[in-house]
Amino acid sequence: MAGSGIAHLRADEKRALTVENLVVEFPVTGGVVHAVSDLSIDVLPGETLGILGESGCGKSSAGRALMQLPAPTSGRVLLGDAELTALKKNDMRRARAKMQMIMQDPVSALNPRRKVKDLVAEGLEVWGFEGKDRAKFVDDLLSSVGLDPAVVRDRRPHELSGGQCQRVCIARSLALDPDVLICDEPVSSLDVSVQAQVLNLLEETRERYDLSMIFIAHDVAVVKNISDRVMVMYLGKTCEVIPSDDMQNKALHPYTRLLLASVPSAADAQARAAGEATAEAPVKDVELPSPLNPPSGCRFRTRCPLATEQCAAEEPVLREMRPGQFVACHNVSA
Amino acid sequence: MLRQFVLRVLELLAVLLLVSFGVFALLSLVPGDPAVAVLGEGREPSEYAALRDEMGLNDPFFTRYFDWFGGVLHGDLGSSLIPPVVPVWDRLVAAMPVSLELAGLGLLIALVVSVPLAMWSAYNEGGRIDRAIGAFTFGLLSLPSFLVGLVLIAVLVNSMGWFPRTGWVRITDDFGGNLSHVFLPALTIALMEMAMFTRILRNDLVTTLNEDFILAARAKGMPPLRIMVSDALRPSSFSLVTILGLSIGRLVGSTVIVEYLFSLPGMGRLVIEAASTGNYPMVQGAVLLIAVVYVLSSALIDLSYGYLDPRTRRARA
Amino acid sequence: MPEPDINHTGDPVDAPVPAAAAGTALLDPGEETAAKPRVSRRTQLLVGAPMLVGGLALAGFAATTALLITLAKVLLLVVGLLVAMNGLGRIAEAVRGKSVDIVFVLGMTWLTVLIGLAVLAPLLPLGNHNDATQGLYAPIFAEPELGSEYPLGTNNYGLDMLARAIYGARTSLVVSLFAILIGTTVGGLIGMVAGFLRGATDRVVGILANALLAVPPLVLLIALGTVLSPNLRNLSIALSLLTIPSMVRVARANTITFAQREFVLAAQAIGATRMRLLRKELLPNVVLPVASMGVVMVSMLIVAEASLSYLGLGIRAPEPTWGNMIAEGEGGVMEAHPFIVIVPGLCLFLTVFSFNLLGEKVQKRWDPRSAKL
Repeated sequence: MAGSGIAHLRADEKRALTVENLVVEFPVTGGVVHAVSDLSIDVLPGETLGILGESGCGKSSAGRALMQLPAPTSGRVLLGDAELTALKKNDMRRARAKMQMIMQDPVSALNPRRKVKDLVAEGLEVWGFEGKDRAKFVDDLLSSVGLDPAVVRDRRPHELSGGQCQRVCIARSLALDPDVLICDEPVSSLDVSVQAQVLNLLEETRERYDLSMIFIAHDVAVVKNISDRVMVMYLGKTCEVIPSDDMQNKALHPYTRLLLASVPSAADAQARAAGEATAEAPVKDVELPSPLNPPSGCRFRTRCPLATEQCAAEEPVLREMRPGQFVACHNVSA
Repeated sequence: MLRQFVLRVLELLAVLLLVSFGVFALLSLVPGDPAVAVLGEGREPSEYAALRDEMGLNDPFFTRYFDWFGGVLHGDLGSSLIPPVVPVWDRLVAAMPVSLELAGLGLLIALVVSVPLAMWSAYNEGGRIDRAIGAFTFGLLSLPSFLVGLVLIAVLVNSMGWFPRTGWVRITDDFGGNLSHVFLPALTIALMEMAMFTRILRNDLVTTLNEDFILAARAKGMPPLRIMVSDALRPSSFSLVTILGLSIGRLVGSTVIVEYLFSLPGMGRLVIEAASTGNYPMVQGAVLLIAVVYVLSSALIDLSYGYLDPRTRRARA
Repeated sequence: MPEPDINHTGDPVDAPVPAAAAGTALLDPGEETAAKPRVSRRTQLLVGAPMLVGGLALAGFAATTALLITLAKVLLLVVGLLVAMNGLGRIAEAVRGKSVDIVFVLGMTWLTVLIGLAVLAPLLPLGNHNDATQGLYAPIFAEPELGSEYPLGTNNYGLDMLARAIYGARTSLVVSLFAILIGTTVGGLIGMVAGFLRGATDRVVGILANALLAVPPLVLLIALGTVLSPNLRNLSIALSLLTIPSMVRVARANTITFAQREFVLAAQAIGATRMRLLRKELLPNVVLPVASMGVVMVSMLIVAEASLSYLGLGIRAPEPTWGNMIAEGEGGVMEAHPFIVIVPGLCLFLTVFSFNLLGEKVQKRWDPRSAKL
């Protein structure tokens, strides 16, 4: 796909976050980077949406545009009922606080000159304590992310491990009692042994605080495990929206299948060792096209094994293939 | 590329305009009455008033600035307030070559000494030679140029009698005489620059020498001196240009001091004399000229990056 | 506790810090012991003590003898002092049991003593430092003699050289430190705002800073000296103008680097205002490199002040500064009475040297990126 459309949006339900026709473009010398083109998302309360894609596909730009950091080039972002993209600066600042972000590099995301207790209390310092006891509040938050307040309270970020830093980041986000948590590659800079712990913590946190989550990552297994629904992105466009349980076996879009096939599995290794051909259609392994000058029509067509002339002329639109599964491709069917 | 260049030139012009404005504004604050400075004390008040009027001192500030600036564009920087009353421009033109020769020779000596010294030091990285050179240059950097000059005078002039203490012979009159007068001041200037150059170049060479392509050359069995000259020095010439750019400000400063110390008739002594006698048109002219020369040479060095370092050339394209 | 590391991760500006800058390591015997088998403490003491005594004796001989020409005297003096210092380093190592950067220790001792004397100067029983009328009753050009009434001698007005050197230090330090304070505050703030806002503000600040840089430092000082009457306040302001462009540059570059870090984004997500971002997120990170630049520039300002008063454009005699004290050696005085120049010259050199040592250390620790020298 690499298509557009809003067929997958669930207008009849109460949604925590709605994004319509999001466009993010950056001017650079020699042109405009089309980071995100016409992306639409919705997230129900308590739901986790996974956004999956290669690096450079615009998923991080999309996450930041949701936060209005910086604001998108066009499109609407509604947090609950508040339309962030239409609010005045100061109102937006307040409304946005209900949506928080966990970033990829937890060490860089914490001010090296401040202590953990001040980092965690930052939200309260900005928006007021409202009668809360600062020390107790900080300690409770630290405990809830699995850190011992007595140990870490007075430390600075460089005295903590990457995993601990990520826990502090989570605690800091929770301080503002958010409705939506955007996790941008939250575990990809951590050691594998720590990744699982942090993922579990995110899962628990989501349940305990009744959060909606957007989980952005390039790792198929991680996204599949933590999400309810997965959206696959390619070069700033949506390819497929699919319930994560169906992903392994029912994915239709050639790009989704490419991603799934690229995960090495024990079965594959055995098959390869035995000299058998894998079942997947061969994929043209070319460079990711430049987002400065994306291909016409379907943006995936330059690498797609099913590409036809129609794909160059006409951009595919998301169509419902099965209940809850939407695919933007001219050449597949359920 | 072209746009970059035009922007750079525009910025240069803005800087020079600001400098001219600053120099003018600053020195129009000079305490005391210029009319008194010209005529001397004890004349009739009306005489002072007439002269002030004639000098345009009663005009509004900006009118005076534009008058002055218009003159500057035509090479007219006004006349000296203190006798001999000659055009400032003439004095500057006479003094400039002295300073340029001093600074140029100082820079040359510094380069000639520091390049081999830095290579020697870097080649012995961490060894006795390296540490000795490091300590020596560090110590030199802590010596203000007038102290260096005084030490050189005490040793080479007073004790050994090798050089004349003061005075100047123009290079067009007598080359040998010029050289004997210019050498010691130039050496004074060179010592501090040399210390700086040696340290920076040495660190740069050490970094380069630890890079893979040098290791590869060593592994191939190339002689060390050849590696040093043909492989290591060339990448470092880029940073030599950088330090050259950074050193010009200090170079001008030490030239000024050295001219004073050795009583040489250059820009520096001109500006010091003018400053201590309140001869403000002279100070204005001299400071402006020094600033123009300084800014232009810095810009030139900036520009030469593009030709020396292929990386910036590509980055700008 | 680990070192605070402000350039922790993924910072593309991070340049490799040049390996072991050959600073003052020559005089540090500890450097060598790393490579060679470690010398025992007893041997160090046995080697060090004679070196110290011998070196001092050699230096003393060189300073007082009338037998040799100046060049040889100077060389002998330097060699003697180096040997003595190396010996002292060995003794210190033997006593402490680990290598000691003896040059740094001596430098900091000098600064401490100097600052102490300068602060306490009015309370100390010092000789006459500036009253030429009183000086009429004192001997002129009295040679230095440590036990005498004039330990470092007197000048041509009969003023006490020791008192003048200490009051000179007072002027030097007050002026330079005030200038640094003004420069770091004003330049740091301007640089931070320019780096944070970017765009037009940044360009204007850049042009203003370049205009200030377009006049070489000493020439700028001379021009200012034409206009301002030379007193402590005016000199501090004039000197601070020399530091402002560098401070702006350091603060701006660091602000730009830190503003791209994700913690600033995180603070924005929480809802911090721009003022809060500047104050709470950027300022604490920018302050260290700017402060280290300040320490580095102290020695340059001391030299600038001394140069200006040497040229007769700074504080005027009979108020003492090291610069105008050195200028008293003009017109044959230096040849007849070398101590007139040596006393202030040595003070100036040792102070600048010590501040350079301190600057190097501080910059390595607080701002490793720009510690290139």
